[in-house]
Amino acid sequence: MVRSALAIFKRGSFIKLMPQTVETISSEICYHCGEDCAEETIHYDDKAFCCNGCRSAYQLLDESGLCSYYDLDANPGINLKNTKHRARFDYLEDDEVIERIAEFRDKNKLSLSLYIPNIHCTSCVWLLENLQKLDSGVLQSSVNFLKRELSLLIDTDSTSLRDVVEQLVTIGYEPEIRLDKLDSKSESSHQNRSLWLKMGVAGFAFGNIMLFSFPDYLDTTGSGLGGNFHIFFGALNIILAIPVLVYSSSDYLRSAFAAIKQGGVNLDVPISIGIVALFSRSVYEILTMTGTGYMDSFTGLIFFLLIGKLVQQKTFHRLSFDRDYRSYLPIAVNVLDTQGREYSLSLDKLEPGQTLRLRNQELVPCDSTLQSEQAFFDYSFITGESEPISVTQGEKVFAGGRLIGRSAQLLTEEKVTNSYLTKLWNHEAFQNNDKELKLTTFADKISPYFTMAVLGIAFASGFYWLQTSGMDSALSVFTAVLIIACPCALALSTPFTLGSALNVLSLNGLFVKNHLLIENLSKASAVVFDKTGTLTNSEASNIEFIGMTLTEDERNLVGTAAGNSIHPLSRKIADITSLTKELKPDTFHEVPGKGIFATIAGQSICMGSRHFISEQTSLGQDQIPEPDFIGSTVHLTIDNEYLGYFGIKAGLRSGISDLLNRLKETLRLFLISGDNEGQRQEFETYFSTKGSLLFNKKPEEKLDFITRLQTEGESVIMVGDGLNDAGALKKSDFGIALADDVSSFAPACDAILEGDSLNKLQSFIQFSQNSMKIIIASFVLSLLYNTVGLSFAITGHLSPLVAAVLMPLSSISVMVFTFFTTRYFAHKGGLAIWK
Amino acid sequence: MEVIYMLIGFSLLVALIFLGLFFWAVRSGQFDDQYTPSMRVLFDQKSSDKKTNNQKNRDE
Repeated sequence: MVRSALAIFKRGSFIKLMPQTVETISSEICYHCGEDCAEETIHYDDKAFCCNGCRSAYQLLDESGLCSYYDLDANPGINLKNTKHRARFDYLEDDEVIERIAEFRDKNKLSLSLYIPNIHCTSCVWLLENLQKLDSGVLQSSVNFLKRELSLLIDTDSTSLRDVVEQLVTIGYEPEIRLDKLDSKSESSHQNRSLWLKMGVAGFAFGNIMLFSFPDYLDTTGSGLGGNFHIFFGALNIILAIPVLVYSSSDYLRSAFAAIKQGGVNLDVPISIGIVALFSRSVYEILTMTGTGYMDSFTGLIFFLLIGKLVQQKTFHRLSFDRDYRSYLPIAVNVLDTQGREYSLSLDKLEPGQTLRLRNQELVPCDSTLQSEQAFFDYSFITGESEPISVTQGEKVFAGGRLIGRSAQLLTEEKVTNSYLTKLWNHEAFQNNDKELKLTTFADKISPYFTMAVLGIAFASGFYWLQTSGMDSALSVFTAVLIIACPCALALSTPFTLGSALNVLSLNGLFVKNHLLIENLSKASAVVFDKTGTLTNSEASNIEFIGMTLTEDERNLVGTAAGNSIHPLSRKIADITSLTKELKPDTFHEVPGKGIFATIAGQSICMGSRHFISEQTSLGQDQIPEPDFIGSTVHLTIDNEYLGYFGIKAGLRSGISDLLNRLKETLRLFLISGDNEGQRQEFETYFSTKGSLLFNKKPEEKLDFITRLQTEGESVIMVGDGLNDAGALKKSDFGIALADDVSSFAPACDAILEGDSLNKLQSFIQFSQNSMKIIIASFVLSLLYNTVGLSFAITGHLSPLVAAVLMPLSSISVMVFTFFTTRYFAHKGGLAIWK
Repeated sequence: MEVIYMLIGFSLLVALIFLGLFFWAVRSGQFDDQYTPSMRVLFDQKSSDKKTNNQKNRDE
């Protein structure tokens, strides 16, 4: 029996192994970057590489003795196949530029930090921190992994910044140096430090005072210890508690004072009342030797409050939520001087009337006119138009467009700051940054009532005791009420619940800027979507061939012809016609924006618009049928015979139709796009209400639309991805920027959402609503503790021991409660709760 | 029992030294980046003149 089971097991494992061995034989994996060597395999040093870039990176590391890079992680390299075009770093020799991006500089030393988005694993950190082996001029290099940042100290006598950066590019770590880097001295990354210090002081005092108070807890009669220990411990307690009051709790006292000065009451007011009552009552008791005081409760309270604050300050270092156009544009462009020589110039020095040269994939920095004959610009990020636009000589080109294809020359018309792209940032929505200041927590809203109630109870019970047993007991009960009612647990419930919610959301791909914003998400009543890049995804486009069935030979012809063109549509066509045979075109002719004409293996292939085909072939326009298709079409003829057309539709992201159908049951949905009405029909099923589908909208119109919805009383979530949505994202109550790579550029927003997680939007909203309920539940919980404590206080039985037990107990149970309930609701709502 | 005064004095002194060390650690930036150091632990300290495995294998 056992043997047969073993035999089955063996057979099973054998079958499992088979395909693996076959696979390793048929295709090799690049030793450097780990990708399949599909197109070509370069063998070097007994290792396979997918491209020359990967091989030379390996060679360089091998020569410098840096091959541990490959031992830490398997195939850690960055694929260098697509870096034929290299960014130029001439501007890094410009003294003024160096001066402005450096953090520190003297005669022969230079320190600066570079943002390198490619940092992704342990090997990256190791390699970058061993940079001095590649370039001995690097004195120090250290990586901050979460920020994707490399800090460098360079000896400028033996190397230059440009050399180091170019070295980085060769090994695949191209730093991103954007316009906003100029003059941005490293911001105060140290703001957290003072919080740590305050917490350290409070924790130190808490621990020691607890120790000194312990004898008193055990000693109920007050006679056991003898000597002057009482006085000694009391004095030490006061000395230890003073820095906690003055230093650690200063934020609370100051905030409460400021609130009262402005005639308002926030949650810090009752907390401060509690703090002051605790401290002064304790000092009084110790000095008059009437008791031991509550110094342990006092320091413990501050300690827990500060932990709450630290949770609250959790930020996503990797992400930047306040980006404007300056972090989108590069820091420099290539400019031609009067002799036609190229040099690089930093953008802020760019004047109207200069000639630029742009290459494939480079951005237009400012409004200009085209000097070259023709060029293609991709505006999808700026206007939302999904297809690249063809521009001819003399036509205007707007800032932010991305050049596709051959290099082009432009004549600048405006300064960078006066361009179409940048004007949006002059809108008032960008001027005031008070969206976050206006956020008030539920705790802040109820704190006036809470404070009134506490003061009321304190005075009433004080008055009662004054009647029955005199001033001393009255005062002690009065302060006892203030102490025990100090809303420590109440103050912790919001940061802990929302901090916990923030973690859960980030595990699921939604990175929220500030935990208070989750409340805005929960109140949403309308959702506005952008189309291009948000609901649709150019990579998910559907291509189909409509017409005759193509034979394998014909497919090879079409694929070869399309593969020679750089037009985005031809690239997509080339992708779907899987080549089975390598062919070489005899002639190849492309009219940008119209079509291509090629002869391959004696057959002539013509692809393009109807007009182009009738020009190039013997077919008349009437012989080419007008397609009944929504989206772009490319017609195809081979040897003057019309075969049909390719229909290309920008596809929806996965799960979107499901999401929209579910969302429309509870929320108002809108679609606002800068693109044309090409896909109106497709979306009408989801956005059925009249006026909920808006096309051809400019960025300002999107912003105005959000404002209009808000005046109608809606709480609006805006989901967008491009710079054209920047205004709307800013104006909306909760602006979500969608990004397929979260560390890439996203416009200013409240949250960044990973592209694949958009279909979970409804779960996110539901979860945020549940989080709000959890806050209320934990409020009730902490109020229960307060009531129990109050019953002790009013009856005059609040001993230091009761206070010392009750206070941490309530704080800790609120922490535990919120931690588990948020995760429970997240799990119930189908969200991941751990990695 | 009077020895307790001294003991407590010493214990406080030791605790203060640790608080001082904590201050130094925070000020020198050790709490600024709490993630990358965990990756550095994995790095081997190889002496630079020693040949890497790759180079050794090739020489043989």
